[in-house]
Amino acid sequence: MELAISIITGLMIIGALYAIHAKDLLSSVIACGIVGYSLVICFLLLKAPDLAIVQIVVDTITLIIMVAVVLDSSREELYSKPDTQGFITTVTTVLLIMILLYFFIVSIQSLDVLGTSSLRMAKHYIEGAAQKTGSANLVTGVVFDFRGYDTMGEAVVLVTAVLGVLTILRLKGKK
Amino acid sequence: MKGMTLIVKKTTQLIAGMIFMYGIYVIVHGHLTPGGGFAGGVIIAGSLILVTLAYGSDFLKLIKEEAGTTMIESLATIMVILIAVSGFVFGTKIFFNNFLPKGIVGHLISAGVLPLYNIFVGTEVAASIFIIFLSLIIFKEESTQ
Repeated sequence: MELAISIITGLMIIGALYAIHAKDLLSSVIACGIVGYSLVICFLLLKAPDLAIVQIVVDTITLIIMVAVVLDSSREELYSKPDTQGFITTVTTVLLIMILLYFFIVSIQSLDVLGTSSLRMAKHYIEGAAQKTGSANLVTGVVFDFRGYDTMGEAVVLVTAVLGVLTILRLKGKK
Repeated sequence: MKGMTLIVKKTTQLIAGMIFMYGIYVIVHGHLTPGGGFAGGVIIAGSLILVTLAYGSDFLKLIKEEAGTTMIESLATIMVILIAVSGFVFGTKIFFNNFLPKGIVGHLISAGVLPLYNIFVGTEVAASIFIIFLSLIIFKEESTQ
């Protein structure tokens, strides 16, 4: 299973790199879709079907909106000359990424294997959750019963985001 | 925004209702199978976006749709908070208490308040995503007129 996840992560990196360097904007938008859909397969391999369902539908809707925007404009990217300030920025970024990657690899050696519950609360959630909440789906039981405050916060954040979108995208008031 | 060709319209007539029913199924069975309120809400929004894209914006009178949808979204959020508060009133004085009887694990009517939470959160998520899509289309229509 780790081999499959490594191959799919490599595919995502290739797709992201192509999305940056493509000449046609429509190609780069479709390459962003590659990243999103490969993540769905990663979620299924890691045994998380709720996340996979949400990710595939939200990625489809995002792709629809991005393609509609790109098809409406001139589909080419503006050309900027390479200059020395861009070169210094690129070298500094790569150095910082390599330093942080080294610390990341060192700190991962001390963690447990992916999938074992190592936090103290996790044991209390898993044992007897079906009797305490009454639901067969453990994820729904945790999201709506044990951690109900977070779900209420998520719902309120969605309403706030919609309020922000409705405020910005008004054209009639500006005349 | 013009609609699409005849093939797309006929296919939408056949399929959009089934996608809507599938979204309702994912929401209502949220405590038994994977899915839940958020996933089912986005699926329902997807079917509404399909109908809007296939038939064009003149056919559907989009500004009235947007006003009604914002009202549905606000009502759904208020209902979520009301159920949480009613745990405070009817149950044992704990906010967010799961106060309805829990039933047998695996049946459709079980798990206390969870199916009600799923239904209202699913309605709210569907209304939110549809509102964002509609406001983008209305913005584009008004700026090109």
